[in-house]
Amino acid sequence: MTGTDGRVGGAEGSYTTDEMMTVAASRELRDGVVCFVGIGLPSEAANLARATHAPGCVLVYESGTIGAKPDVLPLSIGDGVLAEHADSVVPVPEVFNYWLQAGRIDVGFLGAAQIDRFANINTTVVGPYESPKVRLPGAGGAPEIAASAKEVIIMLRQKPRSFVEGLSFVTSVGYGWGGNARAELGYAGAGPTVVITDLGILRPDPETKELTLTALHPGATVEATKKATGWELKVEDLGPTDPPTDEELEVLRDLRARTAAARKGTAGCGP
Amino acid sequence: MAEVVDLREAIAGSVKDGDSVALEGFTHLIPTAVAHEVIRQERRDLTLIRMTPDLIYDQMIGMGCASKLVFSWGGNPGVGSLHRFRDAVEHGWPASLEIEEHSHAGMANRYVAGASNLPFAVLRGYVDTDLPKVTKTIASITCPFTGEELMAVPALRPDVSVIHAQQADRRGNVAIWGIVGIQKEAVLSAKGTVVTVEEVVDEFEPRPFQVVLPSVAVGAISVVPHGAHPSYADGYYDRDNAFYEAWDPISRDRERFQEWMERHVMGTQDFAGHLQSIRKEALR
Repeated sequence: MTGTDGRVGGAEGSYTTDEMMTVAASRELRDGVVCFVGIGLPSEAANLARATHAPGCVLVYESGTIGAKPDVLPLSIGDGVLAEHADSVVPVPEVFNYWLQAGRIDVGFLGAAQIDRFANINTTVVGPYESPKVRLPGAGGAPEIAASAKEVIIMLRQKPRSFVEGLSFVTSVGYGWGGNARAELGYAGAGPTVVITDLGILRPDPETKELTLTALHPGATVEATKKATGWELKVEDLGPTDPPTDEELEVLRDLRARTAAARKGTAGCGP
Repeated sequence: MAEVVDLREAIAGSVKDGDSVALEGFTHLIPTAVAHEVIRQERRDLTLIRMTPDLIYDQMIGMGCASKLVFSWGGNPGVGSLHRFRDAVEHGWPASLEIEEHSHAGMANRYVAGASNLPFAVLRGYVDTDLPKVTKTIASITCPFTGEELMAVPALRPDVSVIHAQQADRRGNVAIWGIVGIQKEAVLSAKGTVVTVEEVVDEFEPRPFQVVLPSVAVGAISVVPHGAHPSYADGYYDRDNAFYEAWDPISRDRERFQEWMERHVMGTQDFAGHLQSIRKEALR
């Protein structure tokens, strides 16, 4: 079982549910793919993949860095560490028009504030648009990544307020109203093929496209995962997620430690 | 034609109440010094345009400079929410703020259309999202050649575009390297420009991925060392991440925000004074 501190396993070899989520997401990224990376959780998972099983994947960030090879995690989407060893650095219109829209992106890697059963995403507002309860940052690059990447990987923590029955606002389209919606809308990409959470892995039903729980992380239960979901979550062919290997944990923690050290290096108000 | 002038003069001459103003810089080379000077000169009723409104627009909105915001992502990058932006949208403080929001692809293409002197840009985007329902500047269009349905977004033509660059040369050409974002398009789409630079050099060195804006495309140039703080300037200084983190609690509270802005922006003569003021406080 997962402890109250979010740790899984005993004192030795234990890891957090967030570490499990990042490791599980990194495993979804195949070596050699061209991946458009969102900042935050996706960036960490993509860089873990690059440092472990997928050294040949080409990371593209919306700031225009293509083939970014950051040695520490970027603080923001336009961090200098992304440009430093990149294969190319292009202006923003180019990365969206010539790369994403032109179909050169294999995998879009997105986070989200809220998601619904058809993997549509909200990052705009909670509550009515004119008088929002919570104003979120907005669309950024996500709508076109969700539309045009050949496939999309989404990762976010599973909670009733993030896995909701109805979205206040559809910022980016997953499978629309389900079934054949993407084809009817004329979307080029196949849509979200997997949603990784801190509890398990959800994949779209092949017919209805409804997100279905297909794997549970160690320590998580079907009951708790259903409780964390705002709709009646379906479960199909449920298997266990392999726990993080020693190598995966070591590389992830090393990446985090180096990132923390680099952030400290920039401390101090002013030049 | 480019002309090197004092920043105070540049803003007094270029930015008027009611103008549409684009301050660009995609997390790199953010023109903070200009934002502060606009705040100091108490410009009002501005339409602020920016793909990623971050700390500078949080400050300008909170200080009452803006009546409208045109944007695609508004957050404190790597930290969290923009509290002054949220307060304006959620509670109308210090004044109500009209918003016009797009995706990054939409904003980028709007600048490209403006720079190209076209009325609109066409892209594959927004389809079946809720954005066209709330943003009037998104409309579908049929390709006259194939019949394909696409989305159109109108050109951005800011009254003034503002960027911070690493260098200008003696002839007024401007060089940017590292992540170059949307700066070239922002400058070329605008009616007027203000450019701040780290320094003026005799001649540019060749650098990978460098963008040079020719002197004829540039108006006022002001030399403001560290003018992009707390963001970074490739080749000059790193991002002051502690400042981004410190901004969260400062901006969360209206009074604390106002007191901070009075002390470190309104109460200082220029950006050098501002930097000295926050550094002094950090050492205390």
